Amino acid sequence: MNMKENRKIKEIIWKTIAYIVITGFGALLIIPFFWAVSTSLKPAGQEFTYPPKWIPEPFVWENYRTALTLLPFATFLKNTLIITVLATVGSVLTASLAGYAFARLQFPGKNLLFMLCLSTMMLPYVVTLVPTFILFRWLGWVDTLYPLIVPSWFGGGAFFIFLCRQFFMTLPLDYDDAAKIDGANEWYIYSRIIMPLSQPVVITMLIFNFVNHWNDFMGPLVYLHSMEKRTIAIGLRTFLTSMTERSDWNYLMAASVATTIPILVAFFVAQKYFIRGVVMSGLAGR
Amino acid sequence: MSKLPGYKRREAINAYIMLSPWIIGFIAFTAGPMIASIVISFMDWPLLQAPKWIGLSNYRFMFKDELFWISLYNTIYYTVIGVPLRVVAALCVALAMNLKLRGISVYRTIYYIPSITPAVASSIMWLWIFNPDFGLANALLGYIGIHSHIRWIYDPALSKPSLILMSLWGIGGMMIILLAGLQGIPEQLYEAAELDGAGLWHKFWHITLPMLSPSIFFVTIMQVISSFQVFTQAYVMTRGGPANSTLFMVLYLYQNGFEFFRMGYASSIAWALFMFVLVLTILQFRGSRYWVFYEGELRG
Repeated sequence: MNMKENRKIKEIIWKTIAYIVITGFGALLIIPFFWAVSTSLKPAGQEFTYPPKWIPEPFVWENYRTALTLLPFATFLKNTLIITVLATVGSVLTASLAGYAFARLQFPGKNLLFMLCLSTMMLPYVVTLVPTFILFRWLGWVDTLYPLIVPSWFGGGAFFIFLCRQFFMTLPLDYDDAAKIDGANEWYIYSRIIMPLSQPVVITMLIFNFVNHWNDFMGPLVYLHSMEKRTIAIGLRTFLTSMTERSDWNYLMAASVATTIPILVAFFVAQKYFIRGVVMSGLAGR
Repeated sequence: MSKLPGYKRREAINAYIMLSPWIIGFIAFTAGPMIASIVISFMDWPLLQAPKWIGLSNYRFMFKDELFWISLYNTIYYTVIGVPLRVVAALCVALAMNLKLRGISVYRTIYYIPSITPAVASSIMWLWIFNPDFGLANALLGYIGIHSHIRWIYDPALSKPSLILMSLWGIGGMMIILLAGLQGIPEQLYEAAELDGAGLWHKFWHITLPMLSPSIFFVTIMQVISSFQVFTQAYVMTRGGPANSTLFMVLYLYQNGFEFFRMGYASSIAWALFMFVLVLTILQFRGSRYWVFYEGELRG
């Protein structure tokens, strides 16, 4: 028995304890998903057995079809996608332009404007909610998708501007200088040199836009009233109000699981870009 | 600007053009509405009729409005209890996820995923989890021998703690930010400390915590701001009940503005909320100089 062996045993014990702890808590975090999926596949009434049955008997895949056709979820999906696509285009375009100006160009008032931009990230959105609603109502845009799309075409959100600026600052200035010697102006450098090199940050913006619009609740709740204008998030909540009387938890879970899946797919497809975006949001405070 | 040489001037003009969408958006959707919000807060404005100037009446009413004080109390409760719990939990998880274990990336994914579940979907899932008769929460307690009939969000005394418990499920984003902070700490610092014979606790207290303090500060600031705006869970799950125990400020603001169409009073609540958030944020920045360590200061 020597020191080396002793240390090895100690390490094995340590690691075993660590695995047990993180697996235990990890299981607690993941159980709600299993529970939701299990409930979503149960035949009517089976969700009310106690203690609960974990494996549905039989599996009723039909629940998903029923849940998603009780309300016009296809319309909700269409509206959500229209908002997401149109808002994302505007957001990527205008945020990258602003980010480029902040990262690469010199102009009077730059620092002040950038500080202003950063500080809006901390502004509680509810402060502007009522006047913005009155503005859009005056424009006749209540119960249209415009209030959820148009603001994205005006800067696309401070966080995205910050994201672009940080990324553009990492690109070598030599490219700009070489192009300038050839007589290129700022618009040429932005569109032909900077943007083609910026795939990672554009993908991050695409994903964050998708998640934000898919999950957004307050915006659609305030602006979209008629059934054929609603988004997925609002539609799901409408489904809940229409279901609670009947307590059809299997349908409710089916709809909840179904609306979560696209987000999970987006995460697994682009995990790297996803995580990078989250990490960048943590740098915004520095 | 006229003093700038030609090419510099062109660059500045192009910069302003490129920034113009954001500048217009800032004026139209941020600065303008903020000013309008103050003005509206001095008005009586039932949406369908003309606004009427009433001076400080909304604020005077707010002062006597019991529901406003309840919503303020609930929001502060949710913030003061919830934020420290979430930050400490996220820190513990981040430390665990920073261990050099095989398969740790799978664990990171598992811990992160709940935080991206759509708020409405997770609210409905948790509504079912908290079901007193057939819910998962009581069932899990049953498995470990506690056969209780806890009413969770349906019990006025437990509704806020239940929502805080649910919020602990979604700390994944914070975990990622703190994990990135941990990975940014130079390895040499730990090696040097080990040479001096420092133990685990010593290294955590004198290296990890100070080096991570800017990240902890940032997530705390953002948590307080978002915690003050808690809305979706309360709106979907409890609608402010039972007995107004989950009536949070933004929910009360929403009810006034978009259910009773009292635009003036809703704006007053918005400004009260904004002032609270602003003061809390300033206090945290003031306090930060006593505990947040910025590496640059040493070099400076």
